[in-house]
Amino acid sequence: MTNTLHRYSEHYAIEGRTDVAPVQDDYIVFAMSTRSLNDDDLVEKYRTFARLALRHHPVNVGDATKGGVYRPQPHLNPLAHWKRDHRPDADRLINDIDGHTTMAAVFSTFEAMEAFVRDLREADLGVSINISAPMDAARRCCQEVGIKRHSVEYSLGFQGRVERLPDRAVLEIGTMCGHGMVSHHLVKKLLDWIKEGRRTPREATRYLARFCICGVFNTARAEKLFENARTGAP
Amino acid sequence: MRISQYRCVACGNCIPVCPMGAIYIDPVRNRAAVNEDECVECYACFRGMSKEHLFPPMVRGIRRVARAFRFRFDPEPDICPTDALVPQELSWPRIVRRAFSDPQVPHESTGIHGRGTAEVKTNDVTHRVKEGEAGFVIEFGRPGVGARFREIQKMTRRLATAGVEFEKNNPVTSLMTDPGRGLIREDILNEKVLSAIVEIKVGLEQVPSILRLIRGVSRELDTVVAVGVSTRCDSQGDDPLAALLEGEGYAPYRGKTNLGLGRITRQAAV
Repeated sequence: MTNTLHRYSEHYAIEGRTDVAPVQDDYIVFAMSTRSLNDDDLVEKYRTFARLALRHHPVNVGDATKGGVYRPQPHLNPLAHWKRDHRPDADRLINDIDGHTTMAAVFSTFEAMEAFVRDLREADLGVSINISAPMDAARRCCQEVGIKRHSVEYSLGFQGRVERLPDRAVLEIGTMCGHGMVSHHLVKKLLDWIKEGRRTPREATRYLARFCICGVFNTARAEKLFENARTGAP
Repeated sequence: MRISQYRCVACGNCIPVCPMGAIYIDPVRNRAAVNEDECVECYACFRGMSKEHLFPPMVRGIRRVARAFRFRFDPEPDICPTDALVPQELSWPRIVRRAFSDPQVPHESTGIHGRGTAEVKTNDVTHRVKEGEAGFVIEFGRPGVGARFREIQKMTRRLATAGVEFEKNNPVTSLMTDPGRGLIREDILNEKVLSAIVEIKVGLEQVPSILRLIRGVSRELDTVVAVGVSTRCDSQGDDPLAALLEGEGYAPYRGKTNLGLGRITRQAAV
């Protein structure tokens, strides 16, 4: 599973640009156990992970087998078209954790990520903890918390028939669900709706977040990207 | 995936929801339909859409009246108003599509485990990739393009020729008839999946040549390829991989960092 590895930013542009601003609003911390080695008392370990994450105001939290804090609603009534509940449901997320999965928390600031990692080190859950983010930020976080990096995995971006990929804004938003459950066609449709004034960037991100079943879709960053793309700014 | 021809009201909401663009409105029947050759059974439509359970003839009637006056209803875009999406019973070889496309697929259907393995995410516990080694995860079809195993086999054959060893617990490896030659089962070669991951492990000194091989073969494929490369850091938390990658012209900007906080906690395993 590489569901957070290949999040597109212009650092991976085919033409190899060097003047790109760093990504400073997309930091994921996730926990993963190994069967028969550290999966004892796993439900409580993962619930602790989620509760600690919620103290630092994550923009999303997810259980890869059950979903994130934004989930599809299977029994809506027609009033939903006018008045719909878009609020995240953290209690449900915690209650539904029932065993083997990957837990992830997404933060929009470095400080929140660092504080969460500090808490995790104190909590000593015993499961593997990873940061998925710009490598410099992850390294700095480790240094400030007093952790030596164990292993690293680098994304090298996309190659092959890259002309089949959508344009930059759609790709940046769509790849925030690495499993590909957030359709590029839907991102494009919602971008058009935002341009037409039919939906706000905030509403659009809530629709998309429901499709990302791991809960790693960064709603705050998507909102910013939609807002930037609204006027067609480069 | 199928769409109930009785329940569908041709609202079109499911069309952009499909990552493969495989859903369309059949102009003759005026119902949504699925191009089954392009559908990868990812279940994004079935699971991701919220649902109402409205009476289809009533919705069709309202839509007819609105259309006569050229009114356009502005519905929530992620709702199927009549719960018209119907998963179909999958059999071999089509079931492979779901195993590689739906992240929540029950693994017992094929005996394989999702699209890939834990890579180095649990390396602090499993010690799978050691210092001086590099793990490659070569993913085909993502984002949003999809890939057929025929295309993936072009890469696995070339990698096998280079003498690499495929990760034994990887789902694609489990579908190989001859890992030594990189050959995948003949009966699934035309199956399309949302993405599939090939995993190999080599010595760090082989990283440049493997990267060049992957880059060369990727140009011949009718899909996109996303590559990740991993290694174990030294005792100071440093790694030699970033410099190697930059030397090959890559920008290793983003990635995953295993913090080394995992350990064996089960007493029996200790």
